[in-house]
Amino acid sequence: MEALLFYIFAAMTLSGALLTVTRRNPVHCALALIFSLLGVAGLFLTAAAEFLFAVQILLYVGGVMVLFLFVIFLIHLEEAAKQRQYSRQWPVALAVLAVVAAETLVLLKTGLGSLPPKPLPRLNAQGNTERIGDVLFYQFALPFEAASVLLLVAIVGAVWMTKKREAAE
Amino acid sequence: MTPITTSHYLFVSLALLLIGTAGVLMRRNVIVILMSIELILNAVNINLIAFSKHWGQVIGQVFAIFVITVAVAEAAVGLGVLIALYRNRGTTQADEIRLLKW
Repeated sequence: MEALLFYIFAAMTLSGALLTVTRRNPVHCALALIFSLLGVAGLFLTAAAEFLFAVQILLYVGGVMVLFLFVIFLIHLEEAAKQRQYSRQWPVALAVLAVVAAETLVLLKTGLGSLPPKPLPRLNAQGNTERIGDVLFYQFALPFEAASVLLLVAIVGAVWMTKKREAAE
Repeated sequence: MTPITTSHYLFVSLALLLIGTAGVLMRRNVIVILMSIELILNAVNINLIAFSKHWGQVIGQVFAIFVITVAVAEAAVGLGVLIALYRNRGTTQADEIRLLKW
């Protein structure tokens, strides 16, 4: 059952990702990306990361993708959808991808052998969310604050950049 | 069916990373490039979660939360840049934006 769920979610993730990269209409790309991100959320669930499962759906599917769709509606993309979709450098890109794939596969092949078998105590001994909260607020309090500053900068930057300005004389 | 091990997650993550990289390198539409970056960051998250499960430690999941934070900030700023770009240049095709190219 667990294996079946894993394969279903993995297929969702990869097929959605492929559609995202290949579709012509950006709205279709966004919908395929939502499908793919839901698959990733399912993978989190099969890996016993329940809190991240909820965060993934709330933040990505509920927040980021709505943002993407709003921007797609703000920008006229009809003529862009009729044009060529892939840039001229695509053979170079494919060559680079092949190199990266070969390298990573070799690394995985050599690395997985030396990966120790799992110790596997139960991950959710006292609840996944409680443990994440403990680690986040005790051990990683400073990075947590830095992340909040990063989000503030991103909000201010996004508002400033999208603001309409009078042409500077 | 064979039981799911950590390497299964790693291979899914690798495939997702390669698909996302292909999107970044090959597509012309800037919106789709931003979506492909989200795919890459999700591949990283799958890796972190897989090793968090493997070692039975929760720190990997905390790191994934930070990755998600950075991804959200990146999407917000990237889309802001995109709107400013469309307003000033009237295009969203990555290879038509070459102000700095001589």
